[in-house]
Amino acid sequence: MAPIQVRATVLTVRRVDAYHALTLVAPAIAARFRPGQFITVAVGGPQTSMLARRAFAVHDVRPDHGGTVEFVFEVLGPGTRWLAGLRAREALDAAGPLGRPFSLPKDPSSCLLLGVGYGSAPLFALAARLRERGCRVDFLLGAPSADRVFGALTARRSGRSATVTTCDGSFGARGAVTDLLEQVIREARTEVVYASAPVPVLGEVTALAGKYDIPVQASVDLAMACGIGVCMGCVLPVAGTDGITRMLRSCVDGPVFRGDLVRWDDVGTIPFDALGAPGWPRAKGAQGGSGGTGPPGGNSLAGVVPPGLAGHHAG
Amino acid sequence: MPADMRARLGQLELPNPVLAAAGCAGAGRELARFVDVARVGAVISKSIMTEPRTGNPAPRLAETPSGLLNSAGLPGPGIDAFLQRDLPWLLSRGARVVVSIAGQTTPEYAALASRLSDAAGVSAVEINLSCPNAEDAGRVFGVDPETASAVVAAVRGSLRHDLPVFAKLSPDVTDIVAMAAACVSAGADGLSLVNVMLGVAIDPARQRPALAGTYGGLSGPAIRPVAVRCVWQVAEAFPDVPIIGTGGVVTGRDALELLLAGASMIGIGTAIVHDPSACSRVLRELEEELTAIGVDRVADVIGQAHGAHSRGPRGLAWRA
Repeated sequence: MAPIQVRATVLTVRRVDAYHALTLVAPAIAARFRPGQFITVAVGGPQTSMLARRAFAVHDVRPDHGGTVEFVFEVLGPGTRWLAGLRAREALDAAGPLGRPFSLPKDPSSCLLLGVGYGSAPLFALAARLRERGCRVDFLLGAPSADRVFGALTARRSGRSATVTTCDGSFGARGAVTDLLEQVIREARTEVVYASAPVPVLGEVTALAGKYDIPVQASVDLAMACGIGVCMGCVLPVAGTDGITRMLRSCVDGPVFRGDLVRWDDVGTIPFDALGAPGWPRAKGAQGGSGGTGPPGGNSLAGVVPPGLAGHHAG
Repeated sequence: MPADMRARLGQLELPNPVLAAAGCAGAGRELARFVDVARVGAVISKSIMTEPRTGNPAPRLAETPSGLLNSAGLPGPGIDAFLQRDLPWLLSRGARVVVSIAGQTTPEYAALASRLSDAAGVSAVEINLSCPNAEDAGRVFGVDPETASAVVAAVRGSLRHDLPVFAKLSPDVTDIVAMAAACVSAGADGLSLVNVMLGVAIDPARQRPALAGTYGGLSGPAIRPVAVRCVWQVAEAFPDVPIIGTGGVVTGRDALELLLAGASMIGIGTAIVHDPSACSRVLRELEEELTAIGVDRVADVIGQAHGAHSRGPRGLAWRA
């Protein structure tokens, strides 16, 4: 359903360890929401000097007050500081739900939900939808330290298992999520991984899951200014099933991508063989010719549909 | 009674003077999720080039005080995809479409213009002159009157006669009136004032430029007084040349300011990034502003600030 821009009312802003959770009364957004989608908000009030909208994955929607939408954020600059200072009943310009949601398995599957830091926020609404469909849900959450693990209690309550890792060992196992990923995959007999984490982690997760032929639905968190596909700020290289790499906008073509199609090592660059890259017509000719000068990663992914996600659809 | 908002674009009459500026409406579909594109005065396409283009690496955007700095690098689908997919879609939604074109050489601009001559439904062409000239060490066309007028003449010569041509000028020039004169004498029917200003932002944490491309185009309210100045100067020199005033318009009051300076139409650009509904909101606010000052027709305020008589006491606005 089409997104909508509303003047929403703040219900609560609360501290959650190192983060903040902001709940808005926004029935029209709540009604349209599917797990994995995000919203954008304007920050700084009517005379603001901050023109970029701030984008946040939706953590939860609830039916109270006609429909509420909650997102989680960390104070990282003046815009998020302003958000943290909002009070109940103040107004906030919000637009959403935006972006492509997570694809849901058609048949009951064993799903591993992996989140780093407050990147885990969108996974709990997803977990609820997966359980409704009879899926097994396991959580693997990671963060630098205990106060940056988001949602461990909910994960314990709602997942078949919940594994936590912290870099400093202050909560759960010491280390990174990727250190324990294979162990969890084997124990939970994982069939699909849903991951929401920084780009380097998503790349590692995709590679590790690939060893077990497990498809990954990866939610990226790249800096956005508009969230609606006009500013062209949030692009990343993604291979199509036709083998051609395109620079896609994470706001409208994502934020959820098939992990095996994203060229993780090339995020932040323009791969030479991307459609429209400098010298593109030449690269196109080279690809069509010998085939031996093809792109690293691009051609090898052509037409490959991971077995687990064949027949999956956005539910 | 609401004011008569009709505006003229060459032969064509637009229902109102509020346009979505080039590069800020996506392919049109993105904007259409938040505003009715048929009710926008016209949608100016993102700058179309011959081939598909990825644009520059990220980071492409930085937020600066009341502005955005961007170095997207003119990413786009290329003229073929635009004509097959984006233009028909906009027309099917009832939008009036101004096609912005950008080239790396003068012949590329001319070739794009001749492709557009065969396309049905185009309302006008806007020439983006802030594009690096491959034959001049990457200097943009729009900073030199001779290269700019060569591009305008080439486009005018290749384009159907009934399609108006607007030249979009960079404010990064010593003499905007000289640039305007060069474009008008080369056959431009109107001018778009202004494109972004060149800027750099540095990230102190990384001690490196904030943008991957180092330089970016500054847009938003930060440059509005520059846009007003350019419109003012050009309108004074060429009172009969229609101007699309673009640069930091966020409210109806901002739009009125550019109209009073001499613009006959208004481009909404960066405001769309901040507020996806900006085009329809600015139009509504402009109508309210006109009603508040008792003006019946938007055409009546164009260039009025150049008159000898002011409407009220001066020098108090800053205390508001």
